[in-house]
Amino acid sequence: MLKYARHLMLISGIISLSATAAPPPVNVDIAYIGQIVDQGPVLSNLIPEPDDAGAQGATLAIKDSNTTGRFLNQHYTLHESSSEDAKLLTESAKELYGKGVRLFILNTPADTLAQLRDALPMDSLLINAGSRDDALRTTQCLPGMLHTIPSRAMLADALAQWLIMRRWSRWMLIDGNTADDEAFAAAIKRAAKRFGGKVVEEKHWSFDTDLRRTAQQELPPFTMGKEYDVVVVADERGDFGEFLPYNTGLPRPVVGTQGLMPVGWHKMIEAWGAAQLQSRFEAQSGRWMNEKDYASWAAVRSIAEAVTRTGKADSASIKDYLLSDQFELAAFKGRKLNFRGWSGQLRQPIALVQPRALVSQSPQAGFLHPKTELDTLGYDEPESRCRVDR
Amino acid sequence: MNKKPLVAALLLATLSGATQAATAYISNEKDNTLSVLDLDTWTVTDTIDVGERPRGIELSKDKTKLYICASDSDTVQVLDLATHKIIANLPSGEDPEQFALAPDGRMLYISNEDDALVTVVDTETHEVVAQIEVGVEPEGMAVSPDGRWAVNTTETTNMLHWIDTSTYELVENTLVDQRPRYVQFTPDGKQLWASSEIGGTVTVVDVDSRAVIKNITFEIKGIHPDKVQPVGVKLSADGRYAFVALGPANHVAVIDAKTFEVLEYLLVGRRVWQMAFTPDNKYLLTTNGVSGDVSVIDVDDLKVIKSVKVGRYPWGVVTVN
Repeated sequence: MLKYARHLMLISGIISLSATAAPPPVNVDIAYIGQIVDQGPVLSNLIPEPDDAGAQGATLAIKDSNTTGRFLNQHYTLHESSSEDAKLLTESAKELYGKGVRLFILNTPADTLAQLRDALPMDSLLINAGSRDDALRTTQCLPGMLHTIPSRAMLADALAQWLIMRRWSRWMLIDGNTADDEAFAAAIKRAAKRFGGKVVEEKHWSFDTDLRRTAQQELPPFTMGKEYDVVVVADERGDFGEFLPYNTGLPRPVVGTQGLMPVGWHKMIEAWGAAQLQSRFEAQSGRWMNEKDYASWAAVRSIAEAVTRTGKADSASIKDYLLSDQFELAAFKGRKLNFRGWSGQLRQPIALVQPRALVSQSPQAGFLHPKTELDTLGYDEPESRCRVDR
Repeated sequence: MNKKPLVAALLLATLSGATQAATAYISNEKDNTLSVLDLDTWTVTDTIDVGERPRGIELSKDKTKLYICASDSDTVQVLDLATHKIIANLPSGEDPEQFALAPDGRMLYISNEDDALVTVVDTETHEVVAQIEVGVEPEGMAVSPDGRWAVNTTETTNMLHWIDTSTYELVENTLVDQRPRYVQFTPDGKQLWASSEIGGTVTVVDVDSRAVIKNITFEIKGIHPDKVQPVGVKLSADGRYAFVALGPANHVAVIDAKTFEVLEYLLVGRRVWQMAFTPDNKYLLTTNGVSGDVSVIDVDDLKVIKSVKVGRYPWGVVTVN
């Protein structure tokens, strides 16, 4: 590898922007509220999730937006608050509101989102970049809230379309002990109904053995039963699912929260210019970009895109623009992204990855929709009670 | 980097000197090679090892050398076309992707995708003359035929940046649709055509006023509009047509360059990326990244007549007599 970077650093005076008639300055203050969630003890605890998942994505998007902002006299500032304590986060969100911040990126579980919505006056724009909870998009409908992280239903539908395309329609479903696992399993069952999959058998993992030592004894008999094409695992915190691949009773693939996974973002995404985003992120944070980072990145970039196009930075103008037909976001997923007017969910393709390769991207060809095939993923307009655009 | 024995190189030099055939060079992004395509026989006659991830390529004005953006080697390489040997590595800044040569053939304007910079390199002294701060992910690069403007596109900032070549200062920005990829001046220098990949449009800008004249949209039956993603743009020398490569839509749009009306969509290989006219202007070659081939379009008949297999992920293409 030939490296000239150092040589270049030495030449004096990178030529900076010259002054053309500068538009009036616009300052955009964005809060990032991140809750660090204690996942409890898990069996496969060898690779912990980074504590700054989400925050690093927001930070990078602020940098990207300031690079663009220089040409338009727009300046973006991130106010970050991260804690394990939901009460503390609510207090600091209120404090930021008091200082004039109206734009909030929230990376917290669903119950904290509800507390924050109650705590913050309605003129604040809240973007959920942390919770995949389907109720938020269908029945709970926190007013004026947008979502950049994919819902569980979107992930399950993306996986189901691919399984049907492969004609692997008989699924053994195994879920874990948490409410989140149950919710993922419910999304899988809904996807089976929508796309023609069949859950031939459901099992519940409740053993408390240490699988690092006994996976080969425990799991093969556990996954025997009716004939199936794949094992679908619902284990969001990574308790036992990591040990399922190669330990199934029948020689079949494992998909779901482990094995082949539907994700909003992953290191293995490199097409559509993603390699550039990945390398910017890695240079900044010294680790790979994950789904939470991407959701926060997309949230900040959406706000910045609205400010760039409209020249306005108040939350009402931004929200109007984000929910209008004009809004489109180039976000390294091969097509433009925009928000659903009912649930406020960012429409987006979902990657299907195994730990070292991108396998596919849904929606799969042939799953049609009258408006956009992106709406074959997740809850469609008639299935949701939310109307965030009204 | 070039492992070819000297004898073979000399032999090639003799051969290419003797035949004088028109030739196309195609950069293969995932093979770290250039394919050499004979334009009389439509066959690949040589494959040249170059730096890592070769993308943008450009011919020197005297047509003796080829400049190659070797993106992952962080350099612009200079290939001697007589010997097919790399004779120099120019300082390029990090991750060079596209570049443009000034009409005098001396100054090379290079997009540094990872650094939000445009680097200007003197191809005679091999020195960096200037670096200009631009938006996020600089990509497309063009210099106006009169040499006054260098225009750079930035993919995440969504702007055309107008650089005054006499001062190397950025003097104006034009906001365009999402992910601007490629810019090309009309032969008379009066208009600038810019493609926006994710926006799905081509913007035509009046160079004197830097005002947008037209936003061209595309519609292909059976292909979702989101998958129509314009990348390469080529304008015919006679000012009649504009050709736009539509990426994963696998089509090239033919546009009336005067009325901006889309006349035809020509089916080519998969993920069509960049294009080049043959020296006689009779044919237009397209690189098709996913199918790993080059499609040949007959410019008079507006028909695709042939496809030729090259390396993995062909990206750029230039032709020379």
